[in-house]
Amino acid sequence: MPNKTFFWFFLPTGLAMILFIGLPIISTGIQSFYAQHDQVVKEVKKCDPFGCTVSIVVDNEETSKIREAKPLGKFNGFGTYTDRNHLAVDEIKKFWNETESFGAFVDQVTNLPFYKALIFTLTYCLFVTPNVLLLGFIIALSLNAVARKIRGPLIFGTILPMIVTPLVGSLVLFWMIDSQGIIGANIQNLMNDPYLSLKSSKTLTWITIIIYGIWHHSPFAFVVFYAALQTVPQEPIEAAIIDGATRFQRIKHIVLPHIYPVVTFVALISLMDNFRVFEPIIGFSAEGSAQSLSWLIYDNLVNEEVILFGSAAATSMMTIIGIAILLAPVLIRTWKEFKTAR
Amino acid sequence: MDYGLDTKSTRLKTFNTIFIITWLLIACFPFIWTFWGSFKVRADFFSRSDWWYAISAFNTLIETGGQFTTNAYTQAWTEGEFWKASKNTIIVTVFVVSISLFLGTLGAYALSRSTEKYAFWILMAALIFRAMPHITLVSGYLFPFFELQIWGILPTTIVVLVAINQPFTLWLLYSFFKTVPKELDESALIDGCSYFQAFRHIIMPVMWPGVITAGLFSLMLAYNDFTVTALLLNQENHTMVPKIQSYLGTNQHEGNLMWAVSAVVSATAPLFMLVMFFQRQVISGLTAGAVKG
Repeated sequence: MPNKTFFWFFLPTGLAMILFIGLPIISTGIQSFYAQHDQVVKEVKKCDPFGCTVSIVVDNEETSKIREAKPLGKFNGFGTYTDRNHLAVDEIKKFWNETESFGAFVDQVTNLPFYKALIFTLTYCLFVTPNVLLLGFIIALSLNAVARKIRGPLIFGTILPMIVTPLVGSLVLFWMIDSQGIIGANIQNLMNDPYLSLKSSKTLTWITIIIYGIWHHSPFAFVVFYAALQTVPQEPIEAAIIDGATRFQRIKHIVLPHIYPVVTFVALISLMDNFRVFEPIIGFSAEGSAQSLSWLIYDNLVNEEVILFGSAAATSMMTIIGIAILLAPVLIRTWKEFKTAR
Repeated sequence: MDYGLDTKSTRLKTFNTIFIITWLLIACFPFIWTFWGSFKVRADFFSRSDWWYAISAFNTLIETGGQFTTNAYTQAWTEGEFWKASKNTIIVTVFVVSISLFLGTLGAYALSRSTEKYAFWILMAALIFRAMPHITLVSGYLFPFFELQIWGILPTTIVVLVAINQPFTLWLLYSFFKTVPKELDESALIDGCSYFQAFRHIIMPVMWPGVITAGLFSLMLAYNDFTVTALLLNQENHTMVPKIQSYLGTNQHEGNLMWAVSAVVSATAPLFMLVMFFQRQVISGLTAGAVKG
């Protein structure tokens, strides 16, 4: 296709992506170097018969004037990145010097908001992704073994958790495992502990959100694996059966190597999706004990008094860097393949 | 798979059946339970004393005189203004699907027919854009949108959702267009068609399955979105998902939990119907990028 024709065909979608994905990323980058204005204060001298007192009050008029003149805020450089709510450079130095043991240091650091969120996000990715792959593969294998006639409805039932939005999916589960719901109440009876509830324990909350993640993402892995299983050639499997290979050996040596590219694809996609975990935290109202990077940004943006654009943007930039690190191996590999192909 | 030679032992078959039934229970029961509970009163579905009330409808009988009640639905749809939210959802979904299909088919067609290097780089860039968490993009939008005074209205949200949706639509349609033989449009070009005419009269008619799949995914994205709609729309223009969240209540005000339950059922039911109807397309879409690549 000639370049000119290509240009006109691609213009609308390219423009949409540049304007609303490319530019916002740059805008986020710029915002992250600014912070909201401090309030302007003035000294007010109040005199009464007993003498004069000087008090400091907020000058609202002056403050809003500055806000209007420079809506982006004051320039802050990397100040937002290094403050207590983000990388917390000073605090970490302080902890390093003050704490006795390494364990105590780690304890202190993981209590800082950014690191707390980072650890939750990574834990979530680390536990959800492999389990999603495993469960999805097992479901695909086992559905592949049932009669073709009843597969349709079974597949429909299997993909339900995937097609609802994460907020609804997590709410539906939350209403069941809450202390007043069917599963929560029964667990309380079983354990004989009337105070046992999701909110009371950090570990329980994390486990619940991770189980939710597996429940929500497994159907996607299932669908892809199921489709890939349909393309596995029959002859090598028949040969393996004649040679006396067990079922497990057949899966390990024939089926898995065949669908290997698909496994990396699913792993990549679910890693990307898991890294932005956010809605389940709202659905499970787990803000207290589980915070993710995306949730931190959301929390800054819905701040009641003044929206913390700078803070949200700094967290966003670091999230984007995180995504870039996750994607780097794939991009490098594709680039190498592309270079050798040329 | 029936391998012919492959004989399964009865034990394996039983085990397999039990596994599938267990999984289906885990996957579907929460939805069935919520549907059942939406016809009860709050004291039953979120019972403090005994969870069995949700089944025996103890309080529902006392409060309404029947086993089932549709109070939660009528209240959420009228008082809770869920009708407005669903109207907004319909507007957003219709526009997002049609615009993103229009842009996506044109762009993906060009990408699939280009032999230049930049086509590859555009696809890579789209992959990176696809990986961006939506909330980071929203934090980039908010400030400029406030300044331009286009925050809170439906058209802005529609355009943003279209753009966010483009990378995935491009990849999906690209892999579908690749399966249409090049000879088809080349012969049309020789006959004197322009590229656009070949696209419009030769390629589009054979592309319907792919377009339907891409449309379904745009629909699910627009319908299910929470991050963008919750932060870019004002209270008045909220779509269904942020509306459900507002029923949950916050620290400041008590929510109305039964409204949320009935709203969840009302929002999920059309989606399930749609997927039941188009199941084949959904699955072919999910696998299009994976199996071939």
